[in-house]
Amino acid sequence: MSGDLPIGIILVAGGLLTPLVPKTLRGAFLLALPVLTFAQIFSLSPGQSVSVEAFGATLEIVRVDRLSLAFGYIFAIAAFINVIFAWHVRESFEQAVALVYAGSALGAIFAGDMVTLFVFWELSALASVFLIWAGGTERARRAGLRYITVQLLSGMLLLAGAAIRYAESGSLKFEWIGLDGAGGALIFAAIGIKCAFPLLHNWLQDAYPEATPTGTVVLSAFTTKLGIYALARGFPGTEELVYVGALMTAFPIFYAVIENDLRRVLSYSLNNQLGFMVVGIGLGTDMGLNGAVAHAFADILFKALLFMSMGAVLFRTGTVKGTDLGGLYKSMPLTTGFCMVGAASISAFPLFSGFVTKSMIMASAAEEGYTFIWLVLLFASAGVFHHAGIKIPYFAFFSHDSGIRCKEAPANMLIAMGVAAVLCIGIGTFPGALYAILPGPVTYVPYSAAHVISQLQLLVFSALAFSFLMRTGIYPPEMRSVNLDSDWFYRRLARGIARTAEHAINYTRSMATALVVRCFRSAAIPFIDLHRPNAFLARTWSTSGMALGVMVILLAYLLGYYVL
Amino acid sequence: MSPERRYWLDSSENVTLLYRIVWGIGILLLLADFWVHRHEQFGFAEFFGFHGFYGFVACVALVLTAKGLRRVIRRPEDYYER
Repeated sequence: MSGDLPIGIILVAGGLLTPLVPKTLRGAFLLALPVLTFAQIFSLSPGQSVSVEAFGATLEIVRVDRLSLAFGYIFAIAAFINVIFAWHVRESFEQAVALVYAGSALGAIFAGDMVTLFVFWELSALASVFLIWAGGTERARRAGLRYITVQLLSGMLLLAGAAIRYAESGSLKFEWIGLDGAGGALIFAAIGIKCAFPLLHNWLQDAYPEATPTGTVVLSAFTTKLGIYALARGFPGTEELVYVGALMTAFPIFYAVIENDLRRVLSYSLNNQLGFMVVGIGLGTDMGLNGAVAHAFADILFKALLFMSMGAVLFRTGTVKGTDLGGLYKSMPLTTGFCMVGAASISAFPLFSGFVTKSMIMASAAEEGYTFIWLVLLFASAGVFHHAGIKIPYFAFFSHDSGIRCKEAPANMLIAMGVAAVLCIGIGTFPGALYAILPGPVTYVPYSAAHVISQLQLLVFSALAFSFLMRTGIYPPEMRSVNLDSDWFYRRLARGIARTAEHAINYTRSMATALVVRCFRSAAIPFIDLHRPNAFLARTWSTSGMALGVMVILLAYLLGYYVL
Repeated sequence: MSPERRYWLDSSENVTLLYRIVWGIGILLLLADFWVHRHEQFGFAEFFGFHGFYGFVACVALVLTAKGLRRVIRRPEDYYER
């Protein structure tokens, strides 16, 4: 197997064929697809390229380098875990779109030119919305519509930017872009939507928690990491990204603290982790870029693990609201354990994956002398432990006993969580394997006494702050609520403006109609008067008078005919 | 039906014990600063127990700010459906 076809085509084609595969064979068929894809990617080597002639241009449908390979491996692994986690799902449709989605994201990762990138960019958006609609509720339907609108907007911006750049330079190649020029700015905005930049972020927290228990896990892996990949390819070393990323790490954690839907809490923390990667890309140093890629790799695993544990809770209990849950460790001890592995990984505990990936970004920020940014990242690191590391397991599995007694998660879910957990610990314990596939050479040494102690201090005292606030009752209780975020602008303000405009138009139209009617009426009164009882035209006339009248009219006609 | 099994964490004394153990670990970690010299990029970060204090203060500030934020942005659950 080599790269004669776009990478990911196995998943896309396999996904489309899934509904035709008999039920007895479907499991094995679904599992074989990501394995084959992984084997295909494993057989690639940097420098390989496949080009085709289409639309009067040369399209590089496969371009292999170390950056695309690193993302390729993890996308294939994520697709594999997703298949196991969704093994119990009976509807072939959901599994089919999940594979098409994963495959098109892979296709985009290996796309060497903007047209190929655009095609896969849009295909992944279209496939992914069905995972949200599969949620089946009216809320999911509406959230899906908002999601696809935003995603298609991102695609339009990408295409417009690429077209402008093509007109300027005559090149379609997807390589370093930079912010100079309108084309670069449009592409930056397109990628910014996928990466969930501040104010462009809310599609994520809006839509992801509305998908099915399995769908959210699939969604969490690909769209945003595709954005991170594109950013690392097109805009490394763009200094603005350091500040954008730092803002992204900080503001979502405030929302995460007061959010009740635990899958939405995880969506906010996903946004916060993306911020770390964006900072790394903005720094643009070898260590920063390596850190961004490594952290994307680790994040896909631990975020999938956390979403899987919440998916298992939703699957068994029917809810993931903090207000309704608690004490589930008694019913779901294994899920609890896996959730805590994910929590330890995202919080960057020593021996877990976050510890060896996030610290590269922070060390690079410190090395480049960004004091304030470093302090913000440190704040966000403490905060992420607080809301994702403690809050998620605490409110779901511990806290006050909700009285819910359910079965442990199904075996397939436990296996999927187990695979992800092993990988999280594996990366944290033997970082060398991950460091070896990063784009640049790695000199960073994560395990030093000083790093371990300072990180443990940070985490233990964050945990103490949580317990202290909990025990003193200062900690804000979970509440059923909706918290306003930037989606308010299009869900409420824009709707309000549209409604006001509609009212204004209706009012103007009815006023205008009334005015016209009144004018006609007053103009018509003299004519109506002629027809009233006993009026001139309503009278009964004599036959001779009528005959005379007709004669006069005919005479007038005759005269008119000759004269004119 | 047999009475439900009592778990170790069901007793509030055990939770308090756990809480104190974590405090103990925290203090030990602070003391570790005497033995391990942390060479940091920024001078202020080498200050005794910097990461511990920063973590505690950051989290308290985070929660208090979020609590204040909630007063401004909290709406009923069906806010967007109305």
